[in-house]
Amino acid sequence: MLGYIIQRVFLMVPTMLGISIISFIIIQLPPGDYLTSVLAAMADSDVTFTADQIARMRENYGLDEPMYMQYIQWIWGIVSRGDFGYSFEWNRPVSELIWERMGATLSISFLSLLFVWAVSLPIGIYSAVRRHSIGDHIATLFGFLGLAIPNFILALTLMYVSFRYFGQSVGGLYSPEFVEQAMSWPKFVDLLKHVWVPVVVIGTAGTAALIRILRANLTDELNKPYVLTARAKGLPEHTVILRYPVRIALNPFVSAIGWVLPQLISGITITAIVLNLPTAGPLLLRALVAQDMYLAGSFILLMGVLTLVGMLLSDILLALLDPRIRFH
Amino acid sequence: MSQINPINTVEDRPAITLLSDDDNTGSLEVASQWRLIWIKFRQNKVALFAGVVVLLFYVVAVFAEFLAPTLPSKSQPRLTYAPPQSIGFFVENEAGERAIQLHVNGYGMTVDPESLRRSFTVDKEVIIPVGFFVKGEPYELWGLIPMERHLIGPLNPKDSMNLLGTDKLGRDVLSRMIYGARVSMSIGLIGVFSSLLIGTVLGALSGYFGGWVDLAVQRLIEVISAMPTIPLWLGFAAAIPLTWSPLQVYFIITLIVSLLAWTGLAREVRGRFLSLRHEDFVTAAKLDGCTTKRVIFRHILPSLTSHILAVVTLAIPTMIVAETALSFLGIGLKAPVVSWGVLLQDAQNIRTISSAPWLLVWPAGAVVVVVLAFNFLGDGLRDAADPYEH
Repeated sequence: MLGYIIQRVFLMVPTMLGISIISFIIIQLPPGDYLTSVLAAMADSDVTFTADQIARMRENYGLDEPMYMQYIQWIWGIVSRGDFGYSFEWNRPVSELIWERMGATLSISFLSLLFVWAVSLPIGIYSAVRRHSIGDHIATLFGFLGLAIPNFILALTLMYVSFRYFGQSVGGLYSPEFVEQAMSWPKFVDLLKHVWVPVVVIGTAGTAALIRILRANLTDELNKPYVLTARAKGLPEHTVILRYPVRIALNPFVSAIGWVLPQLISGITITAIVLNLPTAGPLLLRALVAQDMYLAGSFILLMGVLTLVGMLLSDILLALLDPRIRFH
Repeated sequence: MSQINPINTVEDRPAITLLSDDDNTGSLEVASQWRLIWIKFRQNKVALFAGVVVLLFYVVAVFAEFLAPTLPSKSQPRLTYAPPQSIGFFVENEAGERAIQLHVNGYGMTVDPESLRRSFTVDKEVIIPVGFFVKGEPYELWGLIPMERHLIGPLNPKDSMNLLGTDKLGRDVLSRMIYGARVSMSIGLIGVFSSLLIGTVLGALSGYFGGWVDLAVQRLIEVISAMPTIPLWLGFAAAIPLTWSPLQVYFIITLIVSLLAWTGLAREVRGRFLSLRHEDFVTAAKLDGCTTKRVIFRHILPSLTSHILAVVTLAIPTMIVAETALSFLGIGLKAPVVSWGVLLQDAQNIRTISSAPWLLVWPAGAVVVVVLAFNFLGDGLRDAADPYEH
């Protein structure tokens, strides 16, 4: 098992490298570099430099070196010192800005994953056991709708519906009166009132996909002889279904982390912008629009790394569940 | 003992009987692959209907200028946020007789005494006659043919007809939606074409050669699919210089969208190649001395076409949604270009949506219907792609 984990981690390295290169390219894409931004900020406060001084500063910052050296310096700063660069819009190091936001992104994504599991498991089992029943058709229809409606349109619609018909504003994570307060029971209840909207919005597509997969897998399993044997032995129907075929059909639930997580993180980015949540999304958009590239690039890098870690976890869990994978 | 006559045993006919003119090519036994696919596809009514819907949207996109009641940029400062009008069929004249006359109702205006905000309501008393093939705003069909007839519009060009309401500048939402269909639907097509190119070439190379080529392409695909797409789209789109012309932005957005969408296609092609490269007909082609290029493009790829078509159909909605999302966030296409995403930009805050819900409902509805239709169509094509499978 340990050997399998080490092999997986080792395979992750090139992917991680690729993700960091893409993030670095995004940082470098807009015209100008670190120094251009510094000089622009200085010029605002009436400090000007001679060409000679500028050239010396370029050298100091390592900006006259070739691109790959700059990349190595950037990545080395992150790995060795946790230094993600400097945000010009906020006048603070990027590392001070990102962690709280990434934490919120991760928590909401995780909640959504739980939501996806909790909803798709019973519906998937029901659809497979009662195939072509009315309930199955309704689930299929909702599944198709869930896959077809883009996250931000669903968020806007939910916002409109809850504003129009329930008179409740659903933006943000807290009502205005709770934002500045310390955590307390009423504040927690208020959080629950708000957090369900993004969780449902970004979880819908994943739920729909997982229901379809579970239904297909379980249908295959239900026709196998061991199910017939279990029935012939006289086991109650729910034991027959839950104890054997469902356990096997559960594998996609674990491997789902690998492909649902990028979807969730992608979804939370745009949903958070619409609903104005304090996660990475709105800050990323703002940074990109202001061309505050180190901040933006760090978010993109961390989101990529986050999904990669999720995939690793799902691989390991899957190997724990299914010995065939370990010995393959 | 019978005498063997060597002349009679010599095969003088080809091993396979060729089709002659009087053979019935319509029958299942001798039907071509594409005919079999069509027969199988036709049985799936939902997919067939979805195909018709998709086709309709493209027809609308092609004939946008003629189908739109007015120009998308024509603003009516006196009619901002006007609600949708519905078409009526009967009017009553002074004598109280009912006559058939297509019409919409005009607007009445009320001013909120406190906020001084104007709001419009549909006034049943005012009747604006409407007709087909009426003269309206002059336009050039496809930028070439000058015309002024519109499919539907008010008989008097001075009157205003807004079947889906107007936006903050009093522009007709229906006309903007129709012009938006052109941009949104074509981005899907062009984008899928370029990702088809990348995906097929890389997928074919990786599946055919295997080894380190396969490894490299697989790593690349892994990197791209591990990245959450929306942040990445945002990252690339935000770097588009503000000075670029709308046409340049259009193409670069299409490119960005397709650069991240080819991975699914490459995977599909690679998988098929892996399973096909040891088939007898490929071995036969190789033994015949065909070049690698010929084996890939003449022998293997044609047998994948139907599968590729299905995957492509399923990839188009992703691109349409991507463009919509980027434009909605303000870093994709920008005015004066009209796309569904640009239209949705107007529906960004809750106050606008609650006072003018039609700004959200129609563009969002169009996106959802198109995405659904493409999904059903793609599913149907995928099921029909292999007609020999049982």
